[in-house]
Amino acid sequence: MLRYLSRRLLMMFPMMLGITLISFVVIHLAPGEPTDLQTQLNPETSVELKERLRSQYGLDKPLLVQYGDWLWRLVQLDFGRSFSQDHRPVGEKVLERLPITIGINVLSIALILLVSVPIGILSATRQNSWFDRFTTVFVFIGFATPSFWLALLLMDALGVRMALLPISGIKSMGHEYLGPVEQLWDVLRHLILPVFVSAFGGLAGFSRYMRSNMLEVIRQDYILTARAKGLSEGAVVYSHALRNALLPVITILGLSVPALIGGSVIFETIFAIPGMGKLFYDGVMMRDYPLIMGVLVIGAFLTLVGNLLADLGYALADPRIRNA
Amino acid sequence: MMRCVLIVLMFLLLLGCQKGEAPDSGAGKASGKAEAQGPVKGDTLIMGSIGDASNLLPVLASDASSSDISGLVYNGLVRYDKDLRFEGDLAESWEISEDNLTFTFHLRKGVKWHDGAPFTSADVLFTYELLIDPETPTAYADRYLQVAAASAPDPYTFVVRYDKPLASALISWGFSIHPKHLLEGVEITRSPLSRSPVGTGPYRFVEWLPGEKVVLESNPEYYEGQPNIKRIVYRVIPDESTMFLELKAGGLDYMGLSPLQYARMTDSESFKERFNKYRFAAFAYTYLGYNLRHPLFKDKRVRQALAHAINKQEIIDGVLLGLGQVATGPYKPGTWPHNPDVKRYEFDPEKAKKLLAEAGWTDSDGDGLLDKDGKKFTFTIVTNQGNDQRTKTGEILQRRLRDLGIEVKLRVIEWASFLKEFINPGNFEATILGWTVPIDPDAYNVWHSSKTGPGELNFIGFSDPEVDELLEKGRRTLDIEERRAYYHRFQEILAEEQPYNFLYVPEALPVVAGRFKGIEVAPAGIMHNLIDWYVPLDEQKYAR
Repeated sequence: MLRYLSRRLLMMFPMMLGITLISFVVIHLAPGEPTDLQTQLNPETSVELKERLRSQYGLDKPLLVQYGDWLWRLVQLDFGRSFSQDHRPVGEKVLERLPITIGINVLSIALILLVSVPIGILSATRQNSWFDRFTTVFVFIGFATPSFWLALLLMDALGVRMALLPISGIKSMGHEYLGPVEQLWDVLRHLILPVFVSAFGGLAGFSRYMRSNMLEVIRQDYILTARAKGLSEGAVVYSHALRNALLPVITILGLSVPALIGGSVIFETIFAIPGMGKLFYDGVMMRDYPLIMGVLVIGAFLTLVGNLLADLGYALADPRIRNA
Repeated sequence: MMRCVLIVLMFLLLLGCQKGEAPDSGAGKASGKAEAQGPVKGDTLIMGSIGDASNLLPVLASDASSSDISGLVYNGLVRYDKDLRFEGDLAESWEISEDNLTFTFHLRKGVKWHDGAPFTSADVLFTYELLIDPETPTAYADRYLQVAAASAPDPYTFVVRYDKPLASALISWGFSIHPKHLLEGVEITRSPLSRSPVGTGPYRFVEWLPGEKVVLESNPEYYEGQPNIKRIVYRVIPDESTMFLELKAGGLDYMGLSPLQYARMTDSESFKERFNKYRFAAFAYTYLGYNLRHPLFKDKRVRQALAHAINKQEIIDGVLLGLGQVATGPYKPGTWPHNPDVKRYEFDPEKAKKLLAEAGWTDSDGDGLLDKDGKKFTFTIVTNQGNDQRTKTGEILQRRLRDLGIEVKLRVIEWASFLKEFINPGNFEATILGWTVPIDPDAYNVWHSSKTGPGELNFIGFSDPEVDELLEKGRRTLDIEERRAYYHRFQEILAEEQPYNFLYVPEALPVVAGRFKGIEVAPAGIMHNLIDWYVPLDEQKYAR
C-alpha cells in the first residue's frame, strides 16, 4: 500500500510538467495577446507604444524562454503577476475567489447527494411505482431546464415580485453593519437560489446512477439470502444493499474534486457571484497567461489528487481490491 | 443535552451583536416640506456596472469601468462643461502663446489631496513625467510624447511647450493628475493606489471588494463644495437581465438600459412612478466598412450603390427599436464638427441597380444573383462576437442586399481572433464595427493615408490626398472656425466616397431612481452635474 502510494505521488511530477507544457503551448496558439485590450483599436496608441508594452510583459522573448521563466517561478510557488491591468499577484486573485466557488460547489454537491440518494434508493425498491415514475419525470425536467433561464425566472418571482430572497451577489449592501451571526445568515440567504438552481440540474445524473446501482445490487444473491434469513426490509436495504451501491459514488466524488474549483461562468454572471468561472473565462478572453496557467496548474493538481483519493477510497471500501 | 442548550443560548446572545443600526432606515422621516427644500445632503446612489474596475490609477487603466470611477476621484487641469466647451478644473485659467506652442496654466490654490497634502504644480509635472516614462505600461503616452518641454516655475504655475501646434493639446491636459508625494519613487504597477486611490476629486475612495463593489464617499474639502449625495456605490453585476431585476427590486438606482428594456419593459405606471428614464445621442456610431484594397469595393459606384440599397431607418427601427438616428459621418449630430449638409443616399433599390449596372454588375445568367466577367457578386461581412446589435444589423443588411442580387455571408468571430486574423492584417472583405467619438474631432489616426499599416487604425486602406491635407491642417490649428471648415469638407468627401457606410448613432438610455433630483440632460449627457444631484430629506433611502 505504501509503495503504491509513493509511486503514485512520484508520478505526479512528470504528469504536472507535461500538463503545464501542453497548456502553455496551446494557450499561445490562440491569436491575440494580453496587451491587445489596451492597444487594439485605440486611437491614442502607436506601434512603438505597443512594442514597449509587449517587452514590459516579456512577450517578445521566445516561447520556450517564457515557459522556462514561468516554470522557474512556479517551483518557488510564485504564480507570477496577472497580465491584466490590475497587475496583481495571481495567487491573490485566485485565493480571493476560491472559497466562494468551493463553498457553492460543496453545498451543491451536498444538496444533490442529500436528495438523489434517497430518491435513487426509493425508486429502486419501489421500481415502476407511481413514486418512481414521478421522480423520473421530475429529475429529467431538472436536467433539461436551462439553468440560466430557471435562474432568471426564480429571481423575478422570488426576488422582485415576492421580495423573499435577494437577487444577486453574495452579501447585501449593509452587510458590514450586521453582527456575525446575521452576516452568516445573510450570506446563506444569498446562496439559496444559486445552490438550488445548480443542484436542480445535477439531480438527474446522480439519482439515476444511484437507482441503477441499487437495482443491480438488489438482484444479487446475497440480498435474497438476507431476506431468507428473516432480516427486516430496512436492514436488507440500508445495511447491506446500500453499502455496496454506494461504492461507485465514491469514485464519482473523487472525480468531482477538480470540478470543485471550476465555477460555471454563465451561472456566476447571472448571479453576480465573484467566482472562479468568471475569473478564468475573463482571463482566457484577455489572454492573461499567468492567470490562465495558475488556474490550470491548480486544476491539474486537484485532478491528480482527486484521482488518487478516489482510488484509495475504493481500495479502503472494498477489501477485494485492497488485497488484490 | 445541557451542552446543546448552552450552545444554542450562546448563539442567541451573538445575535445581539451589531455594529449599529441597519443602513436602510426607510423613507419614514416625513418632514412635510419636501417641495420647499432645496438641495440637501445625504443618501447613497447605487450604480450598476457590467464589469469590475481593473485599476484605479488612471495612467494604467483603459477600461470604461475603471475610468468611470477614477473620473470621480481625480481631476485634470481642464475639462468639458455640459455644453462641451472648455472650462478650468484644477487650472483656474490658462494662456496660449501667439504661436500656439506654449500653454501656461494657473492652478487653483488651496486644493487638497484626499489625504490632506496640498496640490501643487509639482504633481502636474510628476504626472507628465509618469506618462512619458518608458517603464510605465500606459496606453496614453502618445500626445504627451509630443511635448518639447514642461516645467513648474512656481507651485501654482505649469508651463508646457510643443514643437508643432497640436489642436488636442489643451484637452490632453484634462488627464487625471496623480499625487507625486504618494507615487514618487515607487514602481507604478506595484503601487497600492491601484487598489485604493487618492485624488483631489469630489469623491473619496472608501473600499473595493473585488468583483463585488466599489464604495466612494463625498469629499468635504472638494474645491467646488461637498457633493450632495453622500455615498456612491458601484455594484458589479455582469448580466444585463440581472441588473434590470435588481433595479426593479430597488437594489440599484442607476443603470444603462438596452433599447429593448427602454422601449418594451419600462412603461408600466409603477415603474414610471419610481424611476426617470433619459435618452440622448451617444458619442458613438456603427458602420459597415469596406476593404478598399479588395477588387469588389475599389469602384466608388459600387459603394454608392450599396448605400442606396440599405435602409438605415429600418435598421434603427429593427435593431434599436427606434432609439437612434441615421449617421452620415464620423461625428455626433448636434456637435460643432458635424456637417449636416453632406450628400445623403436615400433608400432606392432601383437607383442601386442602375449604379451597379454602370459598374458592370448585371444578372446576365438570370439566376437572381448579379455577376460580372463570370464572377458572382458575393462577399462576407465579419463582425465580433458578443455584440448582438452588430449581428442583427448584419442580418438586415444581408436581406436587403439579397433583394438586389448580392449574396452576403455573415461571420461572427471572437474579439481577439477577429482583430488578429482579420482586421489587423486587412484580411477581410467588409466588416460591421463601431467607433466611440471623442469630443475633439482630430481623426488623423483613423483616416490618414499614413495609418494603413498592419495593426493601425485605417485598416480599410483609405487614401485621399485632399483628406490627408485637411486632417493635417485640422490637427495643427487651434482656431475653431478654421477647423470646422476643414472637418466639414472632410465629411463631404467621405459622404461622396463612401469608404464606410455610416449606419447609425445609438442613444444612451440611462435610468435613475426617481428620488434623485437635479438631473439635467445636456450635450454632455447627464453625469456632468453629478455633484449637484440630491435627494429630498423625506425620500432618502440610506442613512449612511
